[in-house]
Amino acid sequence: MKKENQSNGLIWAVVFAIGAIMLIWSMSTSRTGQVWVTPVEHAFTETGVDEDGNAQWASIDAADATVGDIEWTTYSVVPDSQLTPELMESGTVSLSWSRTIGLWLAAIFTLFILSFLVGDNPAYKFAEAMVVGTSAGYVMVIGLWDVFVPNLLGKLMPGLVQSFALPGIEGSHQEFWWLYFIPAILIVMLLFQLMPSGGWISRWPIAFFIGITAGYRMIGYVEADLVAQIKAGIEPLVAFNGDGGFALWPTVNAFLLTIATLAAMVYFFFSIEHKGLVGKTARVGIWFLMITFGASFGYTVMGRIALLAARLEFLFGKWLHFIPSHIDFSFAAHLDWIILLQLM
Amino acid sequence: MKRLVPLIIAICAGFVLIIANFIPYAQEWGSTAQEWFNILAVGAMVLGGGNLIKLHLMKVSAKNKGWGYSVVTIGCFFATLVIGLSKMGVHPNPIYPDYDWSGYYLEEGSGLWWIYEHMVVPLTSMMFAMLAFYVATAAFRAFRAKNTEATLLLVTAGIVLLGRTYAGVWLFGWLPESMEWLRFDNLTVWIMDIPNTAGTRAITIGIALGVVATSLRILLGVDRSYLGQD
Repeated sequence: MKKENQSNGLIWAVVFAIGAIMLIWSMSTSRTGQVWVTPVEHAFTETGVDEDGNAQWASIDAADATVGDIEWTTYSVVPDSQLTPELMESGTVSLSWSRTIGLWLAAIFTLFILSFLVGDNPAYKFAEAMVVGTSAGYVMVIGLWDVFVPNLLGKLMPGLVQSFALPGIEGSHQEFWWLYFIPAILIVMLLFQLMPSGGWISRWPIAFFIGITAGYRMIGYVEADLVAQIKAGIEPLVAFNGDGGFALWPTVNAFLLTIATLAAMVYFFFSIEHKGLVGKTARVGIWFLMITFGASFGYTVMGRIALLAARLEFLFGKWLHFIPSHIDFSFAAHLDWIILLQLM
Repeated sequence: MKRLVPLIIAICAGFVLIIANFIPYAQEWGSTAQEWFNILAVGAMVLGGGNLIKLHLMKVSAKNKGWGYSVVTIGCFFATLVIGLSKMGVHPNPIYPDYDWSGYYLEEGSGLWWIYEHMVVPLTSMMFAMLAFYVATAAFRAFRAKNTEATLLLVTAGIVLLGRTYAGVWLFGWLPESMEWLRFDNLTVWIMDIPNTAGTRAITIGIALGVVATSLRILLGVDRSYLGQD
């Protein structure tokens, strides 16, 4: 155990030393981890009032803006390839501290997660805790702004929602708007799940969930999977070329596809014993299923490797600037097979 | 009351959606039920958030091992929530510039965008990327060509892995045109088109039949496991 800790420490020391050297070298030779932006001015002037009494606005040049007009500034990132010393000195671009800090944090968090390869450690646990917190908060914000506000609050209190967040919606109640009190009440009932005694109250909304899911899935799966797949499987077994001649390989493939599908389905048919002809067919079915699982495995690994390549591209390109920006080179596309060969 | 009402709710909700597919007059009911479902799903997200906070607060108050990480989770959760809900750094919608809160919550440069770009994306994508190492090493340890089935799985995985990269093209680039079909990239396309399609089709049909059977059990009140014990 002690020996293992020592070797882990050594690995860490080497990794940190290499990282520090690369970082110092990169910072001394390029704009490592810097994000430069250029301001974009926006200005709007009131042009009149529509029939509902709402002000109408038109976009104008920021230089023409006067008192009473609305103005704000957004910032666009200047690509590294366009960031020349002359441009930086001209004052039209500026260093964005918020984006620069963000870039460094993103790089550090990426390294924190990567550190798990050496073993479980506080940096990884810290990053893991952040993933849980930010992801949960992010998903909740999306749900509240995309669904809760327009679809529930917008139906129950359209005037209020229109006045502060969604000026484009109808400001008056729709027909049968009061029906939306039902999901509102169901949400309150759902929250009773957090109470120590009263959890049974949440069964009503859960039952609603289950019922809707059952109905929706049943129709959806019958339409999109069962019927669609059977329909897609009913294809001519004999194929012909464009000139009407017999096409050997497409015919072989069509036969193979049909036989393989039927054989794989026989394997899933457990109501009869897999003996004799059924057993042999099921065996062939297993072979095709194994090929499917192998292909799925290969695809999954490749997907993960592509993600890893993208993260390494971020670290070595966007952060450390080791990949020259003037080279039009998809690093990730070439890196993935190098990583794959390394892993193998 | 505790079991009968939820049972009726589940059956009615499910059948409303099914009926909505067959009776044009009831189509509106189906879309309303789905809208309610989406609203309730947000309620479930709030419940999930509440549960997360409850669990981590309990961990912090009991000073369990690693309670400091729970503080980080709670802090990040509330920070993201407050920044996102208050639309911090979001400019108004250019069509309605006089409405401060009319802008898109994930606008570039806003607070939530900053969190998404610099925290959520690098952390989650790196976590998934890490699986590349573990899946590959686990496969190396577990995959053994012991029988026909295992050999087929192993060979297919190898061909697809190499066939989807430049390595597949590069390794067999020397093959003459008549044998081009043996190149790993071409073999991968054939595997995906024929045997993989067949296997996936059989699995998909099996899943669909399973879902239909399970849904019917729920809608007919045969499966009541979701109602709990008491």
